Amino acid sequence: MSEHAASAPGHDAADIDRHVKVYITVFVTLMVLTIVTVAISRFHLPVPMAIAVAMLVATIKGSLVACYFMHLISEKKLIYAVLGLTVAFFIALLFLPILTVHNGYWMRG
Amino acid sequence: MDIPYTVEVRRDTGLTNGKIGIWLFLASEVMLFGALFASYILIRTGAADWPRGDTILNVPLATFNTIVLITSSVTMVMAWASLMRNQFGKFRLYMGSTVLLGGVFLVVKYFEYSHKFHEGLLPSSNNFLAIYFTLTGLHMLHVIGGMTVNAYFLGPGAKQWKTNPTWFANRVEHSGLFWHFVDLVWIFLFPTLYLL
Repeated sequence: MSEHAASAPGHDAADIDRHVKVYITVFVTLMVLTIVTVAISRFHLPVPMAIAVAMLVATIKGSLVACYFMHLISEKKLIYAVLGLTVAFFIALLFLPILTVHNGYWMRG
Repeated sequence: MDIPYTVEVRRDTGLTNGKIGIWLFLASEVMLFGALFASYILIRTGAADWPRGDTILNVPLATFNTIVLITSSVTMVMAWASLMRNQFGKFRLYMGSTVLLGGVFLVVKYFEYSHKFHEGLLPSSNNFLAIYFTLTGLHMLHVIGGMTVNAYFLGPGAKQWKTNPTWFANRVEHSGLFWHFVDLVWIFLFPTLYLL
């Protein structure tokens, strides 16, 4: 929470109390979603669907951690800019293996 | 000379230097794990057949470890919230729990690894195990790193609470950002390696 950075600890106690309630809610949600992830895997869905569902649940869980525990929901613009750039490069990285399709046709240029 | 912008925010960034520093570091970490995830996708899509993780790995143990790591993320954020409420005693309790839970995670992982080694399942056995040991091994190193920093703030580093409480709270927040990132990576590793 960057707005706390300049304030002394102990200030805006009511604000922190509200945060703590959110942390507990997120914690319970993460626990439930962990059980959901494991339960879904027991159904032995077709692989593409299993991957899609598992990644969807993981993305929801990851977003909850990033938004609330890492306070990204109320962060400064510069952090969003850094992360925006990171996401772009991360996606590029994940698609990089496609270049190896067709026995490296694209690599040979 | 004092380190600048540890407590007060810079006008141009609106942040303390520590905050922007840890986020830049985490951005580099995303690329590190991203490269390995890309390798996983490449190896898996290129394989004639790929084993389901639960036929080789111990899902109940990994589920337990997921719960342990998520709980440690909550205790970490509660440690920071305790400092913001001026409750140093509670901070020690929550930070101690965070370090302890990190230790539990490592002990469970030790049992998982040693069980695999006893069965003769090594990184050299096949591509699945190679990427499993690489990803979880790197993640484990991060857990050890996070635990070390957290243990420092619980022990000798805690002296700063008396001299500069705001800086101390900021440092705990930054250490927490790293710890949550470690949790976040595991949230993706768990289904990827164990359930699919």
